Amino acid sequence: MTETLTIGKALNLGLRKAMEDDAKVVLMGEDIGRLGGVFRITDGLQKDFGEDRVVDTPLAEAGILGTAVGLAMRGYRPVCEIQFDGFVFPAYNQIVTQVAKIHARSRGKLTMPVVIRIPFGGGIGAVEHHSESPEAYFAHTPGLKVVAVSNPVDAYWGIQQAIAHPDPIVFLEPKRRYWDKAEVDTAATPDPLFASRVVRGGDDVTVLAYGPMVKTALQAAEAAAEEGRSVEVVDLRTLSPLDLDPVVESVRRTGRCVVVHEAPVTLGLGAEIAARITEACFHSLEAPVLRVGGYDTPYPPSKLEEEYLPDLDRVLDAVDRAMGF
Amino acid sequence: MSVSSATEVVDPVPGAGAPHLPRQPDLIQLLTPEGQRVEHPEYAIDLDDQQLRDLYRDLVLVRRWDAEATALQRQGELGIWASLLGQEAAQVGAGRALEPGDHAFPTYREHGVAWTRGVDPLHVMSLFRGVDNGGWDPVATGFNLYTVVIGAQTLHATGYAMGLQRDSAETAVLAFLGDGATSQGEVNEAMIWAASFSAPVVFFCQNNQYAISVPLERQSRVPLYQRAAGFGFPGVRVDGNDVLAVLAVTRAALAAAREGQGPTFVEAFTYRMGAHTTSDDPTRYRLASELEEWKLRDPIARVKAYLSRSGSADQDFFDAVEAEADELAARIRRGTTEMPDPPGTAMFDQVYAEQTAHLAAQQAEFEAYQASFEGGHR
Ligand SMILES: Cc1ncc(C[n+]2csc(CCOP(=O)(O)OP(=O)(O)O)c2C)c(N)n1
Ligand SMILES: [Mg+2]
Repeated sequence: MTETLTIGKALNLGLRKAMEDDAKVVLMGEDIGRLGGVFRITDGLQKDFGEDRVVDTPLAEAGILGTAVGLAMRGYRPVCEIQFDGFVFPAYNQIVTQVAKIHARSRGKLTMPVVIRIPFGGGIGAVEHHSESPEAYFAHTPGLKVVAVSNPVDAYWGIQQAIAHPDPIVFLEPKRRYWDKAEVDTAATPDPLFASRVVRGGDDVTVLAYGPMVKTALQAAEAAAEEGRSVEVVDLRTLSPLDLDPVVESVRRTGRCVVVHEAPVTLGLGAEIAARITEACFHSLEAPVLRVGGYDTPYPPSKLEEEYLPDLDRVLDAVDRAMGF
Repeated sequence: MSVSSATEVVDPVPGAGAPHLPRQPDLIQLLTPEGQRVEHPEYAIDLDDQQLRDLYRDLVLVRRWDAEATALQRQGELGIWASLLGQEAAQVGAGRALEPGDHAFPTYREHGVAWTRGVDPLHVMSLFRGVDNGGWDPVATGFNLYTVVIGAQTLHATGYAMGLQRDSAETAVLAFLGDGATSQGEVNEAMIWAASFSAPVVFFCQNNQYAISVPLERQSRVPLYQRAAGFGFPGVRVDGNDVLAVLAVTRAALAAAREGQGPTFVEAFTYRMGAHTTSDDPTRYRLASELEEWKLRDPIARVKAYLSRSGSADQDFFDAVEAEADELAARIRRGTTEMPDPPGTAMFDQVYAEQTAHLAAQQAEFEAYQASFEGGHR
């Protein structure tokens, strides 16, 4: 069955499906029940599944993640919503010191099938702490897996796959794209969760992006095409583990690579990717792997976010520089 | 100061209470919703007519500012606005209890306290417009910057109070927080620290009954002020819509802190009459009838009734305050719509007290990149 869905609605339907499929799935978060979440991602779910399965929690993120650990030990599959990226930090201790390590510490006797949903990134004109890109903190933490969706199809399937997965997953949702629409075939066979995907073919430069920046990268590729430049775009989809095989194959062909993310450039995902591409493609590279990202500053007040966030022009600028070597 | 007795119990909010909760203790009240002055055995207040009129003026002006800000947000001039509607008395009463040397640590909703500290409303508007993170000087005003991360400021306030204590300063700290915030670990740590070090800090909790959509009973099964006893300091519950009672209770708590008696938890029992912010839709989670009940406890109407009835103010006074409110609103509107956007370099230049070479180079790159566009700006 094919439906036109926004990313938000696709997540909502994916959550619904996961809850129907497995009675152990429990949603937890601030304002997710009666209100349906501040972005309405859980709209209607408490009404249909009850207050025991869609839990409006006290206002305490450490509590959400810490109790999720205990629930997971009892065989439940907690799906935790963090209201905004900037509010995950009270839970950071639980995520990094507990959630991430319990499987290893228990020598596999305990699993942590916990999903941590985080609307991430900027571009919505918000006040402080509502526009962060904290993915590197999590990708840097062994024991966690990190994925970022960019479109309704991956949102629909990805959330179900993440919930069914035995390891803890930080599930990043591109908040400024929640209202972007696409056709979703709910009877299709989904791509695997931990796989990157070439979303536009090209020969001159390989541009890597994830989450909200995939759309930006595709727009840049379109604009570059008008100038006769052929840009290949890869949606990374999974940030930990990284799936770089298709990327390596691509860069060996194009010889040039640009990584784009909203997070500050320094020690962001781009740094790790550049290192790995350099190791794997050293003899094919015509230019250093370039990074386009946020500046190394706190996320600015919203009047400046257009200047802060990588956009089509900055991606094209990097493509030009890569071609100029 | 003692914990007010929980034996004389009446639910102060008919219909809004949860039946499974212990019955609600009486509120400390000095001015009833009908505008009747009442005495309280522990809290007295003696204000002259001018002082009463000043409080009324504060209440009216901050409400007008708030209404203007909501309108400006609707017209696209602000990114978002967190309304204080209904909480004017709690904020003005608490703010006016501060002495000039005291220090306040607000959340993001304390525009009424900002007002009492002499913060220019436009410095608050610039935050919600997305120009900066609050343009006022936290040192000069004794009013810290807003804190959006729930509860974080309660620890800062406690540390600041510990600093005052070390310096033998005879001042105190007022830490603001919401009912929802009381669930945060950091807030509980703040209360433990404050108790442990007998820090001169007063926790001023505006219990406006909701944390966005989540009602109080999800955060606490006991009246919030009773939590204080567990930490080892007094807790009091005051009618947050009664500016006189809030002023008296907060003054007493701050005085106790200054005298070395340590922290107090003040629960100002009030109601968020508007949405959580302009992004929120309260019809999804609460009944209109609840709002109607609280309108009967309006914090401004009761002061006006008292002033009129007691002859402390005449119609000319009320008219003059209205006119002043109109002027304030016009000034806020003009100042907001004419506010210039910040320069892009503002992102870089205050990240560190000592700029790094790396960031300076990045800033130069940014400036060159911006200049490469026609007109020097994208
Ligand atoms: C750590 C953290 N988690 C979540 C949020 C999102 N949030 C903003 S306001 C709010 C509710 C706060 O309720 P309360 O403490 O009662 O204050 P009120 O807004 O009612 O004044 C929430 C959950 C936040 N700002 N910080
Ligand atoms: Mg509240």
